[in-house]
Amino acid sequence: MPLSWALFASFLLAAAGYIVGRSRAFASAGPDVRKLHSRPTYHGYSVALTALLPALAVMAAGSILRLSGVLTVEAMPVAGVVALIAAIAGLGLGVMRIGQEYQARNVVERMVLGLLMLCSLIAIVTTAGIVLSLVFETGHFFQLYDWKTFFFGTEWTPRFQGNSQLGIVPLLWGTLYVSAIALLVAVPIGLFAAVYMSEYASRRVRGFVKPAIEVLAGIPTIVYGLFALITVGPLLRDYFAQLLGLGNSGTSVLTAGLVMGIMLIPFVSSLSDDIINAVPQSLRDGALGLGSTPSETVRQVVLPAALPGIVGAVLLAASRAIGETMIVVLGAGASAQMSLNPLEAMTTITVKIVSQLTGDSDFNSPETLVAFALGLTLFVITLALNVVALYIVRKYREQYE
Amino acid sequence: MTDMPLSPAASVPDRKPASLLEQDARTKARNAAEKRFRLYGVAAIAISMIALVVLLATILTGGAGAFRQTYLNIPVALDAAVLDPKGNRDPAEIAKVLTLSYGKVLDAAVEATVARHGIQIEGLSEKDIDNLISKEASAQVRNRVLANPDLIGQTVEFDVLTGGRIDGFFKGRVTMDSAARDSNTSPQQLQLAQELADRGEIVTRFNWNFLTNADASDQRPEAAGVGVAILGSFYMMLVVLVLAVPIGVAASIYLEEFAPKNRITDIIEVNISNLAAVPSIVFGILGLAAFINFAGLPQSAPIVGGLVLTLMTLPRIIIPTRAALKAVPPSIRDAALGVGASKMQSVFHHVLPLATPGILTGMILGLAQALGETAPLLLIGMVAFIRDYPAGLPSGLFDPASALPVQVYNWTQRSDPAFIERASGAIIVLLIFLLCMNVLAIWLRRKFERRW
Repeated sequence: MPLSWALFASFLLAAAGYIVGRSRAFASAGPDVRKLHSRPTYHGYSVALTALLPALAVMAAGSILRLSGVLTVEAMPVAGVVALIAAIAGLGLGVMRIGQEYQARNVVERMVLGLLMLCSLIAIVTTAGIVLSLVFETGHFFQLYDWKTFFFGTEWTPRFQGNSQLGIVPLLWGTLYVSAIALLVAVPIGLFAAVYMSEYASRRVRGFVKPAIEVLAGIPTIVYGLFALITVGPLLRDYFAQLLGLGNSGTSVLTAGLVMGIMLIPFVSSLSDDIINAVPQSLRDGALGLGSTPSETVRQVVLPAALPGIVGAVLLAASRAIGETMIVVLGAGASAQMSLNPLEAMTTITVKIVSQLTGDSDFNSPETLVAFALGLTLFVITLALNVVALYIVRKYREQYE
Repeated sequence: MTDMPLSPAASVPDRKPASLLEQDARTKARNAAEKRFRLYGVAAIAISMIALVVLLATILTGGAGAFRQTYLNIPVALDAAVLDPKGNRDPAEIAKVLTLSYGKVLDAAVEATVARHGIQIEGLSEKDIDNLISKEASAQVRNRVLANPDLIGQTVEFDVLTGGRIDGFFKGRVTMDSAARDSNTSPQQLQLAQELADRGEIVTRFNWNFLTNADASDQRPEAAGVGVAILGSFYMMLVVLVLAVPIGVAASIYLEEFAPKNRITDIIEVNISNLAAVPSIVFGILGLAAFINFAGLPQSAPIVGGLVLTLMTLPRIIIPTRAALKAVPPSIRDAALGVGASKMQSVFHHVLPLATPGILTGMILGLAQALGETAPLLLIGMVAFIRDYPAGLPSGLFDPASALPVQVYNWTQRSDPAFIERASGAIIVLLIFLLCMNVLAIWLRRKFERRW
């Protein structure tokens, strides 16, 4: 790997540049180091950065050109050599610039600021990458498959020999069904827990319960998935579905929904806790002073005041539920069907993304590419929910600040 | 008009002046409502606590078995005629002898042990006796012989793995009833195992191999371990640490300290808060499209997993880092600027060191989240069956590896119920790592956090 050697060599050059630059700065200052504009270390840094940055830029450009196919593998050593030449040239330039009047600190600070800015742009690059990769492959998919059938088709039967039915409706139904059950579990429990903790609980109870609920939030989703698979699923099947004659499946919408609800409890409760605490104490005092009981205060004053924030929290929770993968992969099953019976196995968008993209996949067949269209749908839905929720929460926060 | 009594007062029916000591009906109803409301709150908290306890309890009880393993202690006569047919003890020649031959030697050894103890069980077939030990056992013996060819021709004591069903029998997972319905075992075999255990030949002890072994195939859950998964997860965390932390901290410094208030920084900020809420599987799709299909990086490699997790963790590091920077009071910056430091110096020499504990806490919690993430790794091929350890750093980053949460998922997809025990065991390992990271974060916060 010549590029990695070039990288290593340029770092060595930069280190050498730092030492050379510093000693040159000392030398140019003569006996009185105060004559320098900048401290000698800044001269050192300036030489190191002028050596390193051009080399890194050349290497980055080389890798990008290589990835987009302009350069071949054979051209990479050349790129390495060019990078090394750039480093040496930068080093020479940096060393030459050193002098009493040279404003090394300003130069270094400008370069560092540029680097900081570059790092903060990565967030935008990531979003752009997500959108581009999704849109590009989805476009590819819609060339092979009719978009109307995808969005309105009620049948999901992918076949790898072709001629598959890829309608999103049953997946969307499963996703919404599971999410609805999860929210039905998480919102009341999370909200009541938050209300109790912020309005009733003593310091001691709070100090114990709050971290315990946070533990629930720190548990990875795969653990919840396994819990759904080995405990909740069989339990519901044996003691509920079979007794009522409603189904015979270990994986079901209800299983995934219940477990996902448990996962969302800390999410809802910590968000609502923040929001309830942001309601000014004066509102509570006013209500209590008029003679309402604490619960009347909560129901008639605190909750209405916190309502927009709570709606935002519920929307965020919904977006989490829709995008959740491992719990539904292990708990909800894989059969794409539209049924009202919550004890039947159904499937979701995320489950199908996983199943279409794992294993050997051919990136020219609609059966694989459909995963990108599903991903884009998922991304758009969650993004819309997030944007609305963040807008509401932010607006609400300003109201009391 | 202000002196007039409020008119509705007249319409209120006369209520009997109630005693102060006795509540009237309405007060009683209100107090009952109050009590109910409180009860709902207590119930909500109780439900979440019960869920937490049940969740942890099932995983712990289900996974504890993975840390214990049943071994059969047998003397194996390493027959030179079978294991070294040429008889010259040449390691290259011995290496040509496949595990199949070792299997025969082992079968003979097991049968000899059963005969030696004079165990007679009605209906016990030869297959039952041979299947007492794991299919992995022959590889176990072969490796030891290859490491030391001088053993050939001697009779050596081996602690070989017992089969998955036998292992399950001693852990209570397999019972006589379930064995009767199971084609892979029989009540007679379990009886035999019990007899051998009574004579001290079969022992159950702590299973270090679970932590060091690689994954094993469908037929031999008893040999499967999380070694490769731990190493793969470690490599990925290293990539995340090296990339996400400096980039995240740099981005936070820029946004919090230097960025002018304008459209672009606004877009960046909205972007970051949205990225933090994008479903993790979407990052998996990005990784597949960008790093594997476009950039041509190898599938299942820790470097790809690390990059995907880096992108996912970045917003989760930026948000707490910014909070930590914001918590440093402006007086610190003003003082630095006042004595002639540049803006950059005030940030790097004063603000950043003071914000370090908060940044570290956020960083560790971000890493902990990345460690438990599964969905995006499934899409970049880390779910593949991987038997070999990846090489050392840095080339090991490009070798196929597994990751702890993915290994759990992988095992849940196997048919043998013994793998569920392994999956729960792997989760215990994962949770221990997470616990350590969280404890470290809390300790850092407690020890270094400053209130201004």
